[in-house]
Amino acid sequence: MSADAAKALTFEFLSSLSAGCIMDITQNYFEFLALPVTYQLDLQSLSERSRELQKTLHPDRFAHLSDRERRLSVQYTAYLNEAVSTLKSPLTRAQYLLKMEGIDTFSETQVQLEPMFLMQQMELREGLESVREASDPDAELLALQATVDGEMKALRSQFDGFYQQSTPTSLDAAAVCVRKMQFIDKLGREIEALEDQLFDE
Amino acid sequence: MALLQIAEPGQSPEPHQRKLAVGIDLGTTNSLVASVRSGEAATLPDEGGSHLLPSVVRYTDQGVVVGQAALAQAAVDPFNTIMSVKRLMGRGAVDLKGLQGEAVYRFADTAGGMPYLQTVAGDKSPVEISAEILKTLKARARASLEGELEGAVITVPAYFDDAQRQATKDAAQLAGIKVLRLLNEPTAAAVAYGLDQGAEGVIAVYDLGGGTFDVSVLRLNKGVFEVLSTGGDSALGGDDFDLALAQWFLQQLGGAEVIAGESRYLTEKARWTKERLTENETVVVDLDHAGQKVSLEVTRELFDGLVEPLVNKTVRACRRALRDAGVSTDEVLEVVMVGGSTRMPVIRTRVEQFFDRQPHIDIDPDRVVAVGAAIQADVLAGNKPDSEMLLLDVLPLSLGLETMGGLAEKVIHRNTSIPVARAQEFTTYQDGQTAMMVHVVQGERELVDDCRSLAQFVLRGIPPMAAGAAKIRVAFQVDADGLLSVAAKELSTGIESEIQVKPSYGLADNEIAEMLKASYNCAEDDMAARSLREQQVEADRLLHSLEQAISADGKQLLSEGELTHLQEQMVILLSLRNGTDSALIEQGVKVLAQVSDFFAARRMDLSIKNALKGHSIDEIEGDS
Repeated sequence: MSADAAKALTFEFLSSLSAGCIMDITQNYFEFLALPVTYQLDLQSLSERSRELQKTLHPDRFAHLSDRERRLSVQYTAYLNEAVSTLKSPLTRAQYLLKMEGIDTFSETQVQLEPMFLMQQMELREGLESVREASDPDAELLALQATVDGEMKALRSQFDGFYQQSTPTSLDAAAVCVRKMQFIDKLGREIEALEDQLFDE
Repeated sequence: MALLQIAEPGQSPEPHQRKLAVGIDLGTTNSLVASVRSGEAATLPDEGGSHLLPSVVRYTDQGVVVGQAALAQAAVDPFNTIMSVKRLMGRGAVDLKGLQGEAVYRFADTAGGMPYLQTVAGDKSPVEISAEILKTLKARARASLEGELEGAVITVPAYFDDAQRQATKDAAQLAGIKVLRLLNEPTAAAVAYGLDQGAEGVIAVYDLGGGTFDVSVLRLNKGVFEVLSTGGDSALGGDDFDLALAQWFLQQLGGAEVIAGESRYLTEKARWTKERLTENETVVVDLDHAGQKVSLEVTRELFDGLVEPLVNKTVRACRRALRDAGVSTDEVLEVVMVGGSTRMPVIRTRVEQFFDRQPHIDIDPDRVVAVGAAIQADVLAGNKPDSEMLLLDVLPLSLGLETMGGLAEKVIHRNTSIPVARAQEFTTYQDGQTAMMVHVVQGERELVDDCRSLAQFVLRGIPPMAAGAAKIRVAFQVDADGLLSVAAKELSTGIESEIQVKPSYGLADNEIAEMLKASYNCAEDDMAARSLREQQVEADRLLHSLEQAISADGKQLLSEGELTHLQEQMVILLSLRNGTDSALIEQGVKVLAQVSDFFAARRMDLSIKNALKGHSIDEIEGDS
């Protein structure tokens, strides 16, 4: 199971905890943080709201109180942290918005991607593999990183367009964007891993 | 005995009492205790006036000696004198084979798991040995603060894994100290500096101690210290710099003929040389070798060259930490140096070059961690209700599960904000399977064998079904101390499965209970008295917090019936609490906690609403 799928499960797990009357959270992440439901999220507001809630909910606020209050606050803060990390990353924010529309992209999806995109992905991957043999691996990595950043930016704006149209067809197109973002995101992480390896040698 | 008053709503609660809380830096080489007195955080000295307590424990047939007196006997009584026990915390017997220097101790034969050291006083675990150091610091604090301790904030390297953190917490429990929080050392240092300097922005903390290296990147904003990333190496420290120089000595002496015991001698000489090179460009060191005296000249340039690979390793960790934090070097506002090893000029130069700004060295790098911990302890004990200070940490190392083929699958990635909860689903692979083994590991590597094994447990009581039909959800929760707990549930039937968590390298709860019992000289009365006292404290805590909650929000959140019911239950617990049956009190605490759960949850929701007041729905709609 992917990490994203694990995240989705957590959401359900935390909700199921609330059935035990301990934590009563029925709000979605946006409501919980009093933020507008939009992809163009203001990250500054996100971190401000998060800080305000941390000051109220964090277990350290309950350090001198009883175990029960500390346990409760750990659950709330875990939910808050999950909300913030999901909304912070452009990829998981997109996935979460789709989930609210009833489209689950956290689990493995069957979305078909066009051959052009897949070809391009293969080329990028080959580029990554040849970095080791390059005369200036640093420069190669930087160039790859720039390509990845550019692709991600384009996909984000495409996603936002489709998401805002909010028709069944456009939401399906938005899900395709998400699938592509997952590819690009994975490539980005592989670039970082290679960077680590090169520096460590 | 002071009776607890139940305040009526609106009535003022009992007068504010200052609680005694300390910060403890439990170090590899030295340990310290600090406290806030009249608004100033400072380390506490012993009767002799020294602040640093050498982290050395010596067992004799007359009793235990801790600190300087133990250190003085290290050469004479090496097997009973335990140094650098922090390096053994949370480690398995297998890990120790790779550790140099520590091999001097005699390890008892155990069935894998936690290593025990053989001493004249019997076999001792690293947890028990650390507890002796903590007891000494606790006694020092009691003597100098003149009162009982409410609790302590104990610092750990940011890079400590779950087993190492748990071992530290167990040691505190054994020493009779309530842990208010396990705090990462770099965060503590940032607190000591941040509050001092009123800084706002990104702070990098470079912490090179005797045995560990940590780097953390934090953002300080209106009293909130948010750790953005942390990294480092739990097996890289000043000792390795000594070793590099000692190896050079060995080469100069002809290498091959190392005499038994010589490596420890050469390492000592290397440390001596390294410390002098901080002030001098050149140091001449005299070595006894094979009956001859040899004088070697060591320049700072030579030393810097020898340790360059080590310094490079730390700089790479800094680069990675910045990248993980998503900040560039020019966004870093302050750089803070922690740990005695940061006195080396080569470290200061390279850190300054990397961050392109002069690092802070104005607080004694040996004391800064304890001071920061004391500041937080004061807040956590409830002495500063208006304090805005809050420390938000991250998980230092990824948590994962063993999957097919010995691969580790990450469930929670490193640098995730804590507390955090995640769930993962499993299924059975055989028809009628009723139990399942789950292996939890921590680390960044892909193979389970390269990660640290935290716990293996067996899920039992799965109803027999066809393979793949059962759905077992395993939930991980990491609390603010970075400690993991696991829960599991079979979904198709809703049966909560029984979990046996067997810590790979830690102590089981009953082992701790046994040790506690032993430390009371088997006096049953002591045990009973202690247990009664503990339950009374827990009852007081609950009653007190409920009282405050009712006086603050009772009118708004409780109906008259609910209020009456709660108060009746409180009276019941109060009468139990004044009795002498600890089991009854424990039961009473559980009952009251249960019947007041709904109130606690309502209060949480109210505080969320209050925290977000002013960000009304109108504003939200206006935004979109």
